[in-house]
Amino acid sequence: MSTTPQATTPPRKILVLGATSGIAEATCRIWAFQGASLFLVARNAEKLAAVAADLKTRGASYVDTAVADLDDTEQHPALLAHAVNSLTGMDIAYLAHGVLGDQAEAERDFNTAAQILHTNFVAPVSLLTWLANFCVQRRAGTLAVISSVAGDRGRKSNYLYGSSKAGLSAFLGGLRNRVDREGVTVLTIKPGPVKTAMTANMPKSEKFADVESVAESIVSAIDKRKDILYVPFQWQPIMFIIRNIPERIFKKLNL
Amino acid sequence: MPDPIAPEEATSQVQAPFESWGRYPTYGAKLLPLHWQSDFPALTADLHNGALPVGMGRSYGDVCLLKDGNLLVTTAMNRLIDFDAETGLLTAEAGVTLAQILDFAVPRGFFLPVTPGTKYVTLGGAIANDIHGKNHHSAGTFGRHIAQFELVRSDGSRMICSPTENSEFYSATIGGLGLTGVITWATLRLKPIVSRKIDYEGIQFHGIDEFLDLTNQAHDIEYTVSWVDVTSTGRNFARGVFMQGDHSTKKDDLKPSPKPKLVFPFEAPGFALNALTVSLFNTAFFHKQIHKRAVALQDYEPFFYPLDKVLRWNRMYGKRGLLQFQYVIPWEHAKEGTVAILHEVAKSGLASFLAVLKAFGDVPSPGMMSFPKPGITLALDFPIKPDKSFPLFQRLADMTLEFGGRLYPAKDAAMTAPQFQAFYPQWQHFAQYRDPLLTSSFWERVTQNS
Repeated sequence: MSTTPQATTPPRKILVLGATSGIAEATCRIWAFQGASLFLVARNAEKLAAVAADLKTRGASYVDTAVADLDDTEQHPALLAHAVNSLTGMDIAYLAHGVLGDQAEAERDFNTAAQILHTNFVAPVSLLTWLANFCVQRRAGTLAVISSVAGDRGRKSNYLYGSSKAGLSAFLGGLRNRVDREGVTVLTIKPGPVKTAMTANMPKSEKFADVESVAESIVSAIDKRKDILYVPFQWQPIMFIIRNIPERIFKKLNL
Repeated sequence: MPDPIAPEEATSQVQAPFESWGRYPTYGAKLLPLHWQSDFPALTADLHNGALPVGMGRSYGDVCLLKDGNLLVTTAMNRLIDFDAETGLLTAEAGVTLAQILDFAVPRGFFLPVTPGTKYVTLGGAIANDIHGKNHHSAGTFGRHIAQFELVRSDGSRMICSPTENSEFYSATIGGLGLTGVITWATLRLKPIVSRKIDYEGIQFHGIDEFLDLTNQAHDIEYTVSWVDVTSTGRNFARGVFMQGDHSTKKDDLKPSPKPKLVFPFEAPGFALNALTVSLFNTAFFHKQIHKRAVALQDYEPFFYPLDKVLRWNRMYGKRGLLQFQYVIPWEHAKEGTVAILHEVAKSGLASFLAVLKAFGDVPSPGMMSFPKPGITLALDFPIKPDKSFPLFQRLADMTLEFGGRLYPAKDAAMTAPQFQAFYPQWQHFAQYRDPLLTSSFWERVTQNS
């Protein structure tokens, strides 16, 4: 089971980008319980310190942090080099940062749209370029990246968020195709709606998936070296149907 | 006073359902989750219609409700902050549940200093209701084991409260029903254990005298509680099972608890619980234990949390919900008061499952408004039946008052303002410490007309 401590193996070294997101924090609690070494990156120093103290208390072997705005791609190489140096290596990189964005505002204002694409697509591409090359050089490592079911098909209610995640999913597919033969695993994580701070103000959010069970699925998918994870799993058949609705019908739907 | 038999419908302002455990009354409110210690008062800057911090909603009546107001839901603020394995001091954010604390502490050889009958309550809620458990006679209330906490007020001020620092706010906040501010974090003194197991003994008794004898004999046993049959009269009047236990001192595996899998799947129809089914249940429970005495080495889960095995068991009471009634009557009148109230309940025929009887000890509570005091406490619940439940409740509350006792706000949905003010004459002093933004439907109900 994924939640039992792995006393016999040395602690895994995990880099977490966007560590104060609800899904990342829940995932890190499982890794902390297993005794992992963690390097956490987030934008808000106060929140990051709260998460780091929690994970240290729960049993993480080692916790280090860096405050950074991941939109600033110029800083990425130095930040990532510092992180793997602090961890003395890296087994897993977990990319969990992202924004929902304001769809209505993005329809009016290109700058808002560009900002969503930058945070959710351009910045991860910058991070993953460095991280993939680091892993390829060592012929080992897992890159686990949170995309979204929203990237499987554009819908009028959130197509800026959706297209940023579609771009990310396509990038991850290509990257996997390139690095798999080099011993590097790429996991594309596609969560459906999850109860987190990001969705707290959305209607019916109480019906969304529990973040703890989503985190357990993610840890398990990483351990099993899966390629693509729909979580909760029901979203796989749902998105299969949604992807296959003919466009002439789909364009009339309110989704 | 609003008509207790016809609770107001949820208003259009409701964003998501938030029910108390009794599922009565039901009010609409806006839910504002607090995810970080800095979210309060930042998220409430524009609010004018009142707010109330809430946790898991396991109190039964309306202390965790605020009609047409804002509920500050703290359960996502559930981080651990520090743990000292030498002293057992655990500091954690207030939204962490006792279940989450146990998952963390038990494998490390520690246990809660005081636990109620469910582990699905938050640390903040346990402080705000100054909860008690089966070890009240030896350990006092939960608040006694809180070394310090941070209290944040709606004006943005933050203070550390302990018995020596801001001690007035410490005392007002323990048992303060969430009205003095938002507790962001607290430091709890855990106690060491070497086993998950409890050395358990169950002893049948008939009548209050036998119960009191068993209580006296169990003076050195850490946990005691009794189940009492409140449906039987005559020869079987006040029969029950006295349950006592200590943490096993024999070293054993300290693995974490498995997750519960059973969920009560639907709302039972209103007629499912009636005098006959409850009486059958009570008889079955009494005779489940065939011998007068039964001993066992039992896991702590069934000993402390028998009902937690079935999530959402309160649905058993159907749509109308259930009403809880818990009094404490001081020793001076404890016996006659308890006998009189048990007779009144049996006479009413308003069935009650799981009436719980216990002797409180004389360890003082640190809270200004704490419920427990030395004497006998009885907790019972009955399904809400229009025309019958509320008149019975009023009779029982008046009897409690006559015998010098008081009722437990965390389990109340029906006491009147004059009753509350007689039970807790210190309420006006307490009111000075209330945060001007914070209130609850309970507080509005019991402080009106004065």
